[in-house]
Amino acid sequence: MLNLSPQEWTAVALSLRIAIVATIVALPFGIAIAYVLARKQFWGKTLVDAAVHLPLVLPPVVTGYLLLVTFGRRAPVGSFLADTFGIVFSFRWTGAALACGIMAFPLMVRAIRLSIEAVDRKLEEAGMTLGADGFWTFATITLPLMLPGVIAGMMLAFARALGEFGATITFVSNIPGETQTISAAIYTLTQVPGGDAAALRLVVVAVVISFAALVASEWFARRAAQRLHGA
Amino acid sequence: MLSVAVKKNLGDFALDAAFESAGAAALFGPSGSGKTSLINMIAGLMRPDEGRIALDGDVLFDAAARIDVKPWKRRIGTVFQEGRLFPHLSVRHNLDYGRWMSGLAADAKAFAHAVDLLDIGPLLDRRPGKLSGGERQRVAVGRALLMQPRLLLLDEPLASLDAARKAEILPYLERLRDDSKLPMIYVSHDAGEVARIATHVVRLEGGRIVASGGAEVLAGR
Repeated sequence: MLNLSPQEWTAVALSLRIAIVATIVALPFGIAIAYVLARKQFWGKTLVDAAVHLPLVLPPVVTGYLLLVTFGRRAPVGSFLADTFGIVFSFRWTGAALACGIMAFPLMVRAIRLSIEAVDRKLEEAGMTLGADGFWTFATITLPLMLPGVIAGMMLAFARALGEFGATITFVSNIPGETQTISAAIYTLTQVPGGDAAALRLVVVAVVISFAALVASEWFARRAAQRLHGA
Repeated sequence: MLSVAVKKNLGDFALDAAFESAGAAALFGPSGSGKTSLINMIAGLMRPDEGRIALDGDVLFDAAARIDVKPWKRRIGTVFQEGRLFPHLSVRHNLDYGRWMSGLAADAKAFAHAVDLLDIGPLLDRRPGKLSGGERQRVAVGRALLMQPRLLLLDEPLASLDAARKAEILPYLERLRDDSKLPMIYVSHDAGEVARIATHVVRLEGGRIVASGGAEVLAGR
């Protein structure tokens, strides 16, 4: 059944690469934004909160189009990044990772923010009286205590990135070997006569990957929670 | 010698307190009299509106001079009412935390001494979640002690325990007082506890100090 052609394998590998890179690159930003939203009071906070959640409510095609007019080769930010740092997003897998990262970002931030809000600040105060400054308090107390939420956030982001379709195809198109993810490949296969069998194979792969990710995150989250509550 | 003279508006009432303390002192008063706020100001966790706090001639807070030493630089060990042990660390690592964060070298003798004094040897490899209330408070005292503080603050350390547990822990605190000669401030609303631990009593009511002196302050009304 799972006799994938080289091209199908490429789509699977590319999807994994894009989803993993998007999740890992988004993580530090996600933690920073979640921390600011959970702990800081500042003017315009509601606006920042809304902006973070925008990809969740906008049609993905709109997000993809906005990425295109911002990070495209001739767009202001895109040409600046290309000329200064040599980072090109348009029609590259990096662009797909960017689109997936942005689509996944609100889910990641929500999960992490909830976990930060659940951390007992009295423990942080105790750490401070014991000599831990702001950085070390965060690194040795806040971060370990919010770890289950971080894992949940990464899982949600990974799943969202793996399933991303609209923003990616709008922004970086559907190029086999470069931007064609599992979702895009399935879509393409369903558009050609006789592609059903291949599409079904990829569907099975997508189900297996999603299921494995879910099981793995459950396991990590349970281990982290056990560590917190004394094993 | 600790000298405190602070004012702060706490919403329901205004805290306005000035006192000096050396050796084993106690802040005594009913709940809601501002004891914990005062302790938090000494520890650096709460900022007074005005006033000055100095420890052994070292200014920790001075509103007029805009000095406010961060809590992690004050070297004041604090034992909180609820213990506040770190749930993700073993008892041993909880005890070592202050030493790590203060950049002190490992001192096996001091560690063994504190463990022995508080009788927490069998608990070292356990997690705080598996400890009884009394065990937890003994570990919290050990943790504050092992950061080698200049002053020890004990904020109602027995308040969350039942009478039997209190009776079990008080001897450890007495031993600690006699053994270390570390200056301490013991906060409580329980005259019996205070009489056993403290030699100098500061009585606080409604945010103001109404009496200070020896044990006779406990009875005065």
